[in-house]
Amino acid sequence: MASLVGSRVERKEDKRFLTGKGRYTADINLANQTYAIFVRSPHARASIKKINIDKALKSSGVVSILTGKEIADDKIGGLIAGWAIRSEDGTEMKCPGNPPLAKDNVNFVGDPVAVVIAESLAEAKEAAEKVEVDYKVLKAVTSTADAMNGDTIHEGIDKNLCFDWLLGDRQKVKEAFDKADKVISIDIINNRLIPNAMEPRACVADYNAASEEITLYTTSQNPHLSRLIMSAFGNVAPEHKLRVVAPDVGGGFGSKINVYNEDIVCSWAAKKINRAIKWVAERSESFLTDIHGRDHVTHAELAVTKDGKFLGFKNETIANLGAYARVFGTVTPTYLFGPCATGVYEIPAAYTNVKAVYTNTAPVDAYRGAGRPEATYTIERLVEKASMELGIDKTELRIKNFPTAFPFKQTLVHTVDSGDYVAGMEKAKQMADYKGFEARRKESEAKGKLRGIGVTSYFEACGIAPSAAVMSLGCGVGLWESAEVRFNPTGQVTVYTGSHSHGQSHQTTFAQIAADELGVPIENIDIVHGDTDKGTFGMGTYGSRSLAVGGIAIVNACKKIVEKGKRVTAKMLEANPDDVEFKDGEFIVSKSNKKKTIGEVAFACYLPGVRDEMKSPLPEGDEPGLKETSFYDPSNFSFPAGTHIAEVEIDPETGHVKLEKYTACDDFGRIINPMVVEGQVHGGLAQGIGQALYENAEYDETGQLMTGSYMDYTMPRADNFPEFNIGYTCTHATTNPLGVKGCGEAGAIAAPPTVMNAVIDALGGQEVTMPATAEKVWKACKNLKKSNAKAA
Amino acid sequence: MGKISLEVNGRKVEKEASDNTLLSTFLREHLQLTGTHIGCDTSQCGACVVHVDGNSLKSCTALAADVNGSKVTTIEGLETNGKMHPMQEAFKKLHGLQCGFCTPGMVMSAVDLLQKNKKPSDTEIRDWLEGNICRCTGYQNIVSAVKEAATKM
Repeated sequence: MASLVGSRVERKEDKRFLTGKGRYTADINLANQTYAIFVRSPHARASIKKINIDKALKSSGVVSILTGKEIADDKIGGLIAGWAIRSEDGTEMKCPGNPPLAKDNVNFVGDPVAVVIAESLAEAKEAAEKVEVDYKVLKAVTSTADAMNGDTIHEGIDKNLCFDWLLGDRQKVKEAFDKADKVISIDIINNRLIPNAMEPRACVADYNAASEEITLYTTSQNPHLSRLIMSAFGNVAPEHKLRVVAPDVGGGFGSKINVYNEDIVCSWAAKKINRAIKWVAERSESFLTDIHGRDHVTHAELAVTKDGKFLGFKNETIANLGAYARVFGTVTPTYLFGPCATGVYEIPAAYTNVKAVYTNTAPVDAYRGAGRPEATYTIERLVEKASMELGIDKTELRIKNFPTAFPFKQTLVHTVDSGDYVAGMEKAKQMADYKGFEARRKESEAKGKLRGIGVTSYFEACGIAPSAAVMSLGCGVGLWESAEVRFNPTGQVTVYTGSHSHGQSHQTTFAQIAADELGVPIENIDIVHGDTDKGTFGMGTYGSRSLAVGGIAIVNACKKIVEKGKRVTAKMLEANPDDVEFKDGEFIVSKSNKKKTIGEVAFACYLPGVRDEMKSPLPEGDEPGLKETSFYDPSNFSFPAGTHIAEVEIDPETGHVKLEKYTACDDFGRIINPMVVEGQVHGGLAQGIGQALYENAEYDETGQLMTGSYMDYTMPRADNFPEFNIGYTCTHATTNPLGVKGCGEAGAIAAPPTVMNAVIDALGGQEVTMPATAEKVWKACKNLKKSNAKAA
Repeated sequence: MGKISLEVNGRKVEKEASDNTLLSTFLREHLQLTGTHIGCDTSQCGACVVHVDGNSLKSCTALAADVNGSKVTTIEGLETNGKMHPMQEAFKKLHGLQCGFCTPGMVMSAVDLLQKNKKPSDTEIRDWLEGNICRCTGYQNIVSAVKEAATKM
C-alpha cells in the first residue's frame, strides 16, 4: 500500500465549504432563541458613575438587561492571564481583575458594560441604544513607549508595569560588548496588528433546565481549554455541566484562543433567563474587542568583531499588553519572544529585557507567530544593518555565525535538535537568483526605480510544548495533547483529537497519518474535533502544535491499537505475539502464510466468542473492544527554520513599494501533505507581508481606534502579492516519531524583516517603520535624493 | 413589512420581510441559506457575494426589496445534479480554500469573472478579486484555481 504521508491528498473538508454546507457558529439557530447586543464603552478610560436601564427595559421585545453588578453578585469570575511571569527582581507579575462586564471602570473602547437580550436582533439593538451609562472620563494611556509615565490605569499597579522580565546574563553581555570592535544598534517598532479572521467572533449559548447543562457554541481554537477556564475561573458551571462546541471556525490566527467576555456572559445569562442566546460580532466589534497582536518598542544592540563574528546581543523591549493580561498575553512577549531573539546564530552572550505595560487599548495577545515574529524582526533587522556597516555580504555574514553542529544549544533557552541552516541559505539564494540581483538593480535604476534585496534567516520554537518545561516557566496548564482512536466493529475508524482545525486541514492530514499507521483506507477514517462532549480533552490549536503534538498523540494511539491487534491475532492464529508483524493493514505471523486483516481483528475484538466453541479470540487480560487513547507530552519544542529572500522595486516619485519577488525556503521536517503546507506558507507570508507593507492598528491619544474598519485597516488583497516562490530543505525532527516540526507560523515570522530589509536596502539603509506605506517611503526617497546630491 | 418574491437557485420563494432587510440577511435568516457569509459591516470583505440576474453582487449592499422579482444564485445553487461546478472542483483540486469562510463569496465572484472574461490573465484575476478578502490562503492558490477553472468552463 502506498504511503499517504507525503502525498498531495485533496481535502476531505472541502466539499462542505465549497457547497455552502459549512456550519459556522453564526449559522446555528436554536428554537426560541433570543439575541444579545453588548453595550460597550465609547471611552478608553472612565469610571462608571451610573447605569440607567429603565428606558431600555421598556423597549419592545426586551427579555433581560444585565450589567456588571449582576455578574459580580452571581460571583461569575473574570478573564485571566494563563501564564504567571516573574520580574527580574523576583516579584510576581501584576494583573488587574477583568470582569466579563465592567462594573466600576472601563479600560478600553469596546469594554462591555451591559448586555441587552431581546426577542429579535433589531429589538436588542434598539434597546441597547437606550441604555444610559454615566461615565466620568479619565485621561487615557495609549502609547507603548510612554505608558510607564502615564496615569495609573489599574489601582496598585505602579507605572502601569505588569512585569520587568529578564532572560540572560547582563554581566556576560557587558563583558562581550567590552571586547567588541563595533556595536551595531537599532531602534525598532513592531507595529500593532489586528488578526482579522474572516469569520467574526460569535456564540450561541443554550441552557437545559432538566439536565442543568449549558451548551456553548463558540468560535474557539480550543474548546476544552475554554471550558476549563470558564469553569475553573469563570464559575459559569462545573465542567461536566458545560459543553463547549467549536464547530466550523472561520480562521483564528490566535485571536480565538481566548475565552472572551461574550462567551462567559451569554453562558451565564442563558441559564439566568432559561433560554438560548445568540450573539454575533459585527466587524467593528471584532476590530475593537478581538485581541490585537505585536506592539513592541525595542532597542537592540549587537556586538561584533570587525570580521563579522557576533559576540553579544542586548534587547530592551517595551511590550504593550493592552488594558488587561489575557491567556497568552504575558508569555507572548517573554518566553515566546526572548529565547528566539538571538535568532539562528551562535552568540556567546545575550539578554532580553521586557517591560510589559498596560494601556487603554484592546488586550494584546498571541497572533500568528506570537513573540517569534517580534524576535525575528529584532535580530534580522540588526544583522542586516551589521552587514551594511561592516561591508560584509548579508548572506556571508549570516553563514559565518550559523551553528555548525546539531543539536545546537541556542544562547538563551532552547536546544535545537536538528537543522541545516547553511543548506537552507544556499538553496534560497539559488531559488531567488541572488547572484543576478545586481543586474536587476541596474535595470530598475535605468527605469528610474530603486531596487532592494532583503534576507532573513529564522528559526522558531513551536509545537508548544513540553508540560514540565512550560509549567516551570509559569504556564497554568501542561501543553500535551490527546487523541482517541476508535474502531467500529465493521472496520471504520473515528479519531478524536484535542486539536482544532479552523482552516488547518486536520480532517485530511490527520486521516493521512492514521491511514498509514493502521493500513485503513482514508475514506474509512473520520477525524472528530471541536466538541467537549466527544473527545476526552484537548489543549487546542495554536503555536504550530497540532501536528507536532496532536498528530503524535494520534500516532501513539494507533500504535497501541496495533499492539493489541498483534496479541489478538496471535491468539486467533495460535502464534506467539512476538512473531506477529503488522504491515499495510495486515497482521502476519512471520515465516508462515497465516494472517488477519485489521478489519478482521477489529471485528473479533467486538465479538469475543467463537461459534460452536467456548472460546474467546481475545487473549487473557485483554478486554473486548478496539479503542485506544494517548496523551502525548512532547519532550521538546520543535524548531522549523529557513531563509527567505525578498526583492522590492520602489517608485521614488510616488513612494509605492512593489514586491517583485518573494522566495521562501523552509525546513519543516517531514511534510505530511505538501499541498496543505504550501497553503500554510502562502497564508503566513501574506500576513507577514501585510505587516511590513500594509497593516497597522492605530489609536489616537484619547484611545479611539483610528483603524476600526476595512476602510481604515489595510487588509492585503489579491493584487498586493506576486506569485510566491517556495521550496524546502528537510532535516527530520529527532524528538518525535514523525520527524515533523510545524509550518503554520513560519511565513508570518520571516516575512516582515525580509520585506523591510529589502525596502531599507533600496532606500540606501534609511530606517523606515512598518508598514512601509507610500507616504513614509516617498519621504525617505526625498531624503535619499538630498543626500545623494550632497555626496555628488 | 413587504412581500419579497425571488427565484433562488431555481426555486420560487415568497416571504414577508421588513423593508430594511438586506439581501444577505434575507438569504441567511429567511431562507436559511447560510452558505452566504457576513464578514464585515462596510461591504468590503466580499464573503456575501451572490449572483443577481447573472451578475455578482455583494448581497449586503442591496435590500431584498430592491431585487424583488430577480433570479438569485447562491453558493448552494452552483452544483448541477449533485456535481460541483468546475470552479468548486478547481478550488478543491488546487487548495484554494482553508477555513472556508470567504470561500462562497470568492467562488461566486470568480464564476462571474469567467462569465465576463473567458481567459483572464493573473493580473486580471487578482484585480477582479480585489473586493474579496481572504485571510488564510495568500490568494495564490485561488488565482491558480480560477485559471484551472477557465480551462474547464
